[in-house]
Amino acid sequence: MEYQVKNISPNNFEQCIKCTICTAYCPVLAVNPDYPGPKQAGPDGERYRLKNPEFYDKALKYCLNCKRCEVACPSNVKIGDIIQMARLDYDKKPVPLRDWTLANTDFVGSMATKMAPIVNTVLKMPIVKKAMDVTIGVDSHRQFPAYAGRTFESWMKKKAPDQSVYARQVSYFHGCYVNYNYPKLGQDFVKVMNAIGYGVRLLEKEKCCGVAKIANRLVKEAKRDAELNINSIRKAVMEGHAPVVGTSSTCIFTMRDEYPHLLGVDNSDVREDILIATAWLYRLMETEGVKLVFRPDYKARITYHTPCHMQKLGWTIYSVSLLKSIPGVDFVPIESQCCGIAGTYGFKKENYAYSQAIGKDLFEHIKEANVDFVATDCETCKWQIEMSTGVPVYNPISVIADALDVEATRRANGLV
Amino acid sequence: MDKKHCKKHYDVIVIGAGATGAGTARDCAMRGLSTLLVERFDFTAGATGRNHGLLHSGARYAVTDRESATECIKENMILRKIARHCVEETGGLFVTLPEDDLEYQKKFVESCRLSGIDAEVIDPAEALRLEPAVNPDIIGAVKVPDGAVDPFRLTTANAISARQHGADILTYHEVVDLPVSNGRVTGVELLDRHTGERLVVDASLVINAGGIWGHLIAKKVGVTINMFPAKGALLIFGHRVNNTVINRCRKPADADILVPGDTISLIGTTSSRVPFDQVDNMDVTQEEVDVLLREGVKIAPSLAYTRILRAYAGVRPLVASDDDPSGRTISRGIVCLDHATRDGLEGFITITGGKLMTYRLMAEWATDMACRKLGHTGVCRTAETPLPGSEENVGEDKPRKSHIIEMSTDQLAAQGRHGSLSSEIEYKSDTDDALVCECEEVSVGEIKYAIDKLHVNNLVNLRRRTRLGMGTCQGGLCACRAAAILGNELGKRDEALCDLASFVNERWKGMMPVAWGQTLVEAQFTSWMYEGVCGLEPCKDNIKETHQQ
Repeated sequence: MEYQVKNISPNNFEQCIKCTICTAYCPVLAVNPDYPGPKQAGPDGERYRLKNPEFYDKALKYCLNCKRCEVACPSNVKIGDIIQMARLDYDKKPVPLRDWTLANTDFVGSMATKMAPIVNTVLKMPIVKKAMDVTIGVDSHRQFPAYAGRTFESWMKKKAPDQSVYARQVSYFHGCYVNYNYPKLGQDFVKVMNAIGYGVRLLEKEKCCGVAKIANRLVKEAKRDAELNINSIRKAVMEGHAPVVGTSSTCIFTMRDEYPHLLGVDNSDVREDILIATAWLYRLMETEGVKLVFRPDYKARITYHTPCHMQKLGWTIYSVSLLKSIPGVDFVPIESQCCGIAGTYGFKKENYAYSQAIGKDLFEHIKEANVDFVATDCETCKWQIEMSTGVPVYNPISVIADALDVEATRRANGLV
Repeated sequence: MDKKHCKKHYDVIVIGAGATGAGTARDCAMRGLSTLLVERFDFTAGATGRNHGLLHSGARYAVTDRESATECIKENMILRKIARHCVEETGGLFVTLPEDDLEYQKKFVESCRLSGIDAEVIDPAEALRLEPAVNPDIIGAVKVPDGAVDPFRLTTANAISARQHGADILTYHEVVDLPVSNGRVTGVELLDRHTGERLVVDASLVINAGGIWGHLIAKKVGVTINMFPAKGALLIFGHRVNNTVINRCRKPADADILVPGDTISLIGTTSSRVPFDQVDNMDVTQEEVDVLLREGVKIAPSLAYTRILRAYAGVRPLVASDDDPSGRTISRGIVCLDHATRDGLEGFITITGGKLMTYRLMAEWATDMACRKLGHTGVCRTAETPLPGSEENVGEDKPRKSHIIEMSTDQLAAQGRHGSLSSEIEYKSDTDDALVCECEEVSVGEIKYAIDKLHVNNLVNLRRRTRLGMGTCQGGLCACRAAAILGNELGKRDEALCDLASFVNERWKGMMPVAWGQTLVEAQFTSWMYEGVCGLEPCKDNIKETHQQ
């Protein structure tokens, strides 16, 4: 046997040569000196935790799980995964009610949509916001996204145009936001897909991707949802011979990478079939000759904000290329920076100030860009940017749907 | 301490600040003797700082050397009490591999019983549950009360205790001569290795605790001690592979002990006779690395792919009994020689042989002899009195200025290193909170504490007191930071660059025998930073040699 041919360690933590580039790229460390930083919290801290779990530093909860450290690492150390695994393995404190509520987007969403008008009104009331701030620690600056009166799933089943007429099909992972808060994005996706001759179908069963549960240490629940989702995805891919696409970069990232890395859910047979909608659309245009035709009167000055998980996926190029292909678009590039919200992270009172400090530069760049709106593939980035800059934010799929000349597109793709 | 404060005359001068010398100085001081401890380099610069750090249960010697085994288990139990902050109670396993004879286990357990060592045969499956790193193919396992002991902390704690009881300490002072008058050693002549100055200090008794170098000291007054230097090499792995000591249940041989020591794991040792002129030249050979790996992988398969930080070797001061000059009956037992009765030279005794585990007992024997010779009636209390850092409930750790979340990792790490003395570390400013050594979690505050209180002259001293530079990057990030603090605190900024270059080279020396994979990348990165970017040049000064020790 050959010894020491290579070093193998969980999440490659032994590969770290302490170059500290990750630390330089960490958005949290720049604003919060209590956070040890990715190198310290990750590979360095891991050595101490292996010695004795008592060395677990509770400050690891400040990690956004943005994975920008992993993108920066030249040695392929899974720094973000090391930190998240440490939180899941060593933080034994019970999960507080607030975190449970924020994490259970599915449960809360299905309750709230039933009484959407009341819930929306109540959640906007200053006294309610103040009360939530004081009692459970949801920062009063935050506004919960409004709940829709009808879920996207319900719209698909009862109101959507018949999707079975299309010869080609694609499965859509809508995610909680589209389902409970913003069915319009799902409808936009259906509009674009139908225009290029694809029918959209839902997964047999869909649960929250689990990112919020992972972030709030509800591992068992997250794993249960993950297994259900992967089984549904597997069925869609194997039986339907169609990929599963989504319009939320975080949902897609979670199902591709966090499932196997953090939850131990094997997705290796279907991982490459889980895609963000823009990447898939771009691929269809490159390889299948699919064409999009846009309205000549469409005019907009826009920029694209790269969500951290989109950065990690390396797929920003697809969204940006599609947006730039719209003739009426005046595209203003800005630097890729974390907006600071990181899902439920920014809703927590103790994180609010850090959250805003992290996004400060980005907000200024957006304001300076003087655009009509910002495009981004992540819903929580949307909330953060809209709240912090006043500039509206749309998903690239919605932008495409808005700019699309549906009839001309159908003709260009030989559907008429 | 500065030699200006050195007294003209002491009851006892102890030569050598390894565990035995520091322990002897402590015992002497505690019994009320005025004591001076002298050391040519730093604490633990010899064999004390170059071993396994294994808190032997004695089981390893039970079959071959029952006397040593009995001493070990007694001292083991004592150290757990008096040196809590230096000891980690990991427990130990003696495992039988398919290629080993399971019959040996019976003999082993019986010998342990006769030596008073609690050895319990357990199911191999249970052993694997206790210690997942152990080879799953083992056919037998015995649980014993082994542990880990940090020799650097242990020696420093003994030195601090000696000082607290009034002893004086001079490091970097080499004994160049032992003045003799009327058949009696009257003291020592010292050379200050930093300044080149010489001074003579008188003593009623000189105790030679120089380890393998003790025979050179004795030679200065024409006394021969029949020593046999035995080199032992070890490998340090980058992180904890095991949390329980794993021994191989067979007649002691190469690479059959894997010890978890602080943040790392150690496999060792080899054993080879070396000529006397090689005792200062402890390079680890490729053959030794190969043996350590080949045998180590048998007890813990993950060693085959775990990053190795460095290799090092030490010299055991084995002594042949006086009636056997051929050296066939070499003992690992304690040898305490009164040169008055043995060689007709008064005022001089040698304490040698033994092992790290029995340092306290060696100190007790030497001090007993010293008291007898000096007509002093002190009683040994070192077996009951906790070492500084191991006392209970002494002061509280000072909260960090900036860290709002309970204790930070480096504070916990400092507590592990200094025990209750960590309460003396000051975090006066945000700068004190900052980390110097990131791999081993050493803060600026801890560095300043060590410089102020723990006899620190250079970066190597600082490493031994705090673990600075002992982690994954082997000083790559911390050495320059520490050099700056050290230069400022000691007011020796001119020497800082030279010290830095020596330190980085000393780290490389240990990495070289295992320089492949990420360890090689790390070393290249370090040299690229220091030499390429910062333009650091190798130290040409004659201080260099001193700095490396």
